[in-house]
Formats: sequence, C-alpha cells, structure tokens
Amino acid sequence: MSIDATSRSALDDDRLRGLLQQVTARLMEKRAAAVAEVPEWEDLRERARAIKRATLASLDGYLIEFETHVTERGGQVHWAADGADACRIVEKIAAANHVRRVVKSKSMVSEEIGLNAFLEQAGLKAVETDFGEYIIQVAGERPSHIIAPAIHKSRADVGRLFAQKLKIGYTDDPEALAAHARVALRGEFCAAQMGISGANFGVAATGTIVIVENEGNARLTTTLPPVHVVLMGIEKLVPSVGDLGVFLTLLPRNATGQAMTSYVSFITGPRRPDERSGPGQLHVVLIDNGRIRMLADPIMRDVLMCIRCGACQNTCPVYGHIGGHSYGGVYAGPIGSLLGPALEPRTSPPDLPFVSTLCGACAEVCPVKIDIPGALLYLRWRAMTGATEKVLPHRRLQRVMMRAWAGAMAGPRRYGVASRLMAIALRLLARGGVRRLPRPFHGWTEIRDFPAPPGRSFRRDLKRGRDERSK
Amino acid sequence: MRVSIFVTCLVDQFHPEVGHAMLAVLDRLGIQYDFPRRQTCCGQPAFNTGCVEEAARVARQFVTSFAESEIIVAPSGSCIDMVKAHVPSLFAAGSPQRQQAERVAARAHEFSDFLVNVAKVTDVGGRFPHRLTYHDSCHLLRGLGIREEPRALLAQVRDAQIVELPASDTCCGFGGTFAVRYPAISGEMGREKLRRAVQTGAEYLVACDTGCLMHLRGMIAREALPLRALHLAEVLAAQ
Repeated sequence: MSIDATSRSALDDDRLRGLLQQVTARLMEKRAAAVAEVPEWEDLRERARAIKRATLASLDGYLIEFETHVTERGGQVHWAADGADACRIVEKIAAANHVRRVVKSKSMVSEEIGLNAFLEQAGLKAVETDFGEYIIQVAGERPSHIIAPAIHKSRADVGRLFAQKLKIGYTDDPEALAAHARVALRGEFCAAQMGISGANFGVAATGTIVIVENEGNARLTTTLPPVHVVLMGIEKLVPSVGDLGVFLTLLPRNATGQAMTSYVSFITGPRRPDERSGPGQLHVVLIDNGRIRMLADPIMRDVLMCIRCGACQNTCPVYGHIGGHSYGGVYAGPIGSLLGPALEPRTSPPDLPFVSTLCGACAEVCPVKIDIPGALLYLRWRAMTGATEKVLPHRRLQRVMMRAWAGAMAGPRRYGVASRLMAIALRLLARGGVRRLPRPFHGWTEIRDFPAPPGRSFRRDLKRGRDERSK
Repeated sequence: MRVSIFVTCLVDQFHPEVGHAMLAVLDRLGIQYDFPRRQTCCGQPAFNTGCVEEAARVARQFVTSFAESEIIVAPSGSCIDMVKAHVPSLFAAGSPQRQQAERVAARAHEFSDFLVNVAKVTDVGGRFPHRLTYHDSCHLLRGLGIREEPRALLAQVRDAQIVELPASDTCCGFGGTFAVRYPAISGEMGREKLRRAVQTGAEYLVACDTGCLMHLRGMIAREALPLRALHLAEVLAAQ
C-alpha cells in the first residue's frame, strides 16, 4: 500500500499530530541549545563522518579484530546472515541455558529482526524494560520513533492502556505510571535468566560494547541476568576507545539535547574471576541482514554511518505530520526511507524513497552528515529505471510520461507546441482556477487549485515586444 | 554587465508576471539583459523523480542555451540549485559537456543572490505599502545558502512592513511531484505554513520559488484564506 494511503488516518488524527509536533519540537529546541554549547560542533561532525567512513571501508578487518577481542575477554561472537538467523542464534543460547524469562533493553535491530514475536513462538517470555518500549509492548504495537518509541502516545493514552491491560487504577500522572512500570520491571529483572540488549557502539580494539541510555534499564539488563546477549548490526563498530569521544559528544546532544546521558555503559567481556557480580556469559550476535549489500553500494554505504540519533525524524516536516507508523516499517522518517528498502526489502512500502519533499532539513542535522536527500534520489533512480530491482507497472507508465515530457523540453519548437497544447487543455478545465485535473495529476487538485493558464507565456509576451527594451 | 534571463518553465507557462517583474527591476537598475530563446527547463522534474536520463536530455538543452551567457539569472532557487548542484553530474566526468555544464553552473544566480551579491544593490527603488512575511524556500536556503539576501532586499522596500514568519525555514510541502503523489501530506504541510503566515497578520506571503508559490496560491484559493502569495520580484517591482 502506498504511504499516501497509510498516512491518511494519521493526518486525520489531530491528537497524534499534536503529540508529534510537541515532542519533536521540544527535542529540536533542546538539541539546538546543546549544539550551541559546542563551538567545534561542525568539526566533530566531520570527524565522526571520517571515522565512520574509514571504518566502513575496512569493516572486514575491524569485525575480525572485534571478534578476537570479545573472544579473548571470554565472550562469544555469533555471525548472523539475516534476521531469522539471528533469532535462531538467540533461541539456541536460551535453550542451552534453560532460559524461560528474558528482559530486553531498547534495540532497534531487535525490532528489525522481529525477535520478540520469534521468542514468543518459541515459548519464551521477553519483556521490554525501556519505559517507552514497555508501553509499546503492553499495547502490542511497534515503536514509531528511533529514540522515543511511544511518541505517538499521550500520558492519558498510557494511563488508559495501563488501566485496561495491567488492571491498575487510571492515572495520567507520568510519575505514577513510571512507578508502576518500575515495580513490575524490578520483578522481571530479578527473575530473568537472560538479558538482551542492543549496542550503540562496538570498539574493535578492545571488544567493548557501549550502551547509551537514560533509565538504567540497560544497565540492569546487562548486569543482572546470568546471560547477556548483545544484538548489533555490523556497522556499529568504531576502531578504538579514543574514537568514542567524538560520538559520545554528538549522539546525546543530537538525539535528546543532553550533554551526556544518565548512563553510559562500557561492557568488555563477561564477569571476570575476580568480580563478584555480572553475567557469566556474554554473547555478541553480529547481524548482516542486508548491511553487506549496502556496503557494496557506494551511495548506500554512507547510510551505514547512521548512529540512530533520531534527529532527522524530529526535524522532518513529513514525519511530523504522519508519524512513524505511516512509514510501514521498523525505521521511519528520512533515515527510515533509506534503511527500510535496504534492511526490510520484502516488507517496506515500495514508495518510501518518494515520500519526501527533498527539503534537506534532515541532512542539516545529521551528526555524520549523511546526504539523505541524495540517497533518496538514488533510490528513486533505482526504482524508476530498474537498475537493481524490477520496475513496478505504474512506474513504467510514469517513466513513459517523463520521457515524453523530456522530449517536449528538448528544443524550443517542441516546447512551444507542447505548451500551447497544455494551455488549451487547461483552458478547457479552467473556471477562474483549475479545480480538477484529470488522472494522473488529480493529486494536485485534491487539495488546491491549479493556476489557470495566462493569456500568453512569458516568451510570447517578449516576442510581441513587451519588455523588449534592451535586446 | 549583461545578464541572460532564465525565466524557468513554471514562470514562463503559469506566472509570466513574475518574469515581467524581474525585468522591471533590472530595467530600473539599468542592467542589460537578453533572453536566450532556446531555453526550456533545467530538468529538475525528471531528476527529482529518479529519471536521470530524461533529466540529462533536458539539462543538455539548458546548458547549450546558456553556453554563451556571462551571467544567468532565474527567479527560482530550486532551478538554480538544480543547475549548480546536479546538472554537471548528469554528464560524464571530463567530457566537454561536463565542462560546459560546470561553466554554466558557475555563472548561474538566483534573482536575490544576483541583486545583492553580483549587482551589489539592496535598494531597488520599490514601494509596497503592505505587511509582508517571507518564506525560506528549501533549495534556496539549504541548497544555495541564500537566507539574508531576500530579507535585505525586502528591508529596503518603501512602506513595506516586514514580519518574520515563525518556522520560516520549514518546507511548505510542495516538493515537485510530491505535491501530486501525496496531496494529503503536502496539504497539511501547506496548511501549517499558511496558518503561521496568517497569524503574523501579513497580507502577503513572499517567496523566491514559483514551485512553492503555485502550491501555496492554489491552497489559498481553495481555502479562501485572507492572504496572498507573491514572488519577491513582484514586491520589488511594485512602485
């Protein structure tokens, strides 16, 4: 289904759009203030981009280095070619450790591979412990924003949801709702035999996993249960601990406007013999799931630099009106329109690369300066020309029309004839302005008038002597 | 100084008054101009839809039409952004066509950029006794980096009262074929832009891109809003 269709219910939902605009605007304001505090901000973006580019250019070597160091510290690395593979690996680890209950901290890649549904089928109870993700899980929905998964829910929505599903008295007090979740989740943390987390960064030189969060739930998820499983896309690596200074400055400021998040965890290996607590096992599942294909493509390779800060979603006017669910996949907004086709090619709506005005607001805030509009244009080119995929029938027709248009524009005489024909057609349709255009242009007049053709074009005016004052 | 007018296909076909307004300003400043008659379009509609070959065909027409021009001036930020940022890349690296496209691109200016940075004027002798607010078109602002130039020109217009538009740099929802493909989304974006403009109390919403203006004017007409949308050139030409 096209996003024109899937977004219409969101566009009719004033409550949803109010929430989206309110939260994204607040995040953008906080971001602007946090960025202004760092005079070298632009240099940091350049530096981050350079580090990511260099790492991706030699990713094979860094992955092996990472694996070596994780293994040396007593961890285990698993390689997953796709989502199903990754899910099976997690299930196997669970089975080997007689795991029945799992706690999870927020991870987009876990959403991408559909882990929760898979574990449920395998008879495992996995509980999301990030408050936003917990809300989403209780509601049986999908996250609609990379860092604010429940952005589409107001506190009243959450109050009603908890009252209905968790049988507690209705309240819309955020403190009370969070307190309820906290009590429920403490029990889960203590009972879980396995904790699953994502990773913001993996350090190749040390095998360290870095997790950035505000609620402390990731810290608990990765320290309390006896087994810790890390899910990470292969693009998450940076070469050395020294590189983190750049990213740990950029990420929180760009995402939430914080100088630093409440918790930044560095996890290097499982519990050591001299340590009294911590998981006895550390498993790192390195996930390809389309990333190597992106790496092989000079344009899409840059998209792998994304550090999932969500700023492009906050600033995108399209996202601000239609929300994450309208995009039909795990990743929404500008970056989602690039990641969807690459990482979820079977399920992502085929018109994702087209649902952008190419306004460029996203690229302006991207911490690693991904040319998002440029990459969208590239995906449009692929979709229209069949460079890498089959061309859909309606696109064939659009291409034929574009070819005819280009033919008409390819010389002044053709242009003159075509413009006169168009003017005649429009005049037939016009009453003051054109209130209704025929297919396939009807989208224009659904919400606005089309200009009635003027008496003559500018060039015909010139030809008749008006304005010919200097030539 | 002699400039070549690239009037753009939208102005030529739908808003010739914008072209005439631009010429009126140039006349007032005593700037000589010509109108290369082989010009049609820059190729942006095809390019933004992913039809690169078709865009290249039209861009070739553009480049040859303006090959001899010293300075090219157009009343559109997005067309000039297309010419500067994308047209050269449509031709093979190192080819004579690419070199020609790069030369043409280097000489191309959006109207306000030309006036302020090339002709070095901000006061063009306009008088427009109304309350105005200015919308930053995306490609003009983020593509070409033109933010202050239109404001500087408007500031010198006699009797005009300029009010800043909140979120002036948020896209109006035009987006070329986006406007046709996603009318509901485009409409909400446009409605928000227009609501903010109306709230400023301005009588006129001014912009430097005919694409945005066609979309906004169409919405103003459909929704019968108490606002008019004008091209910057029309404000500057008024006396």
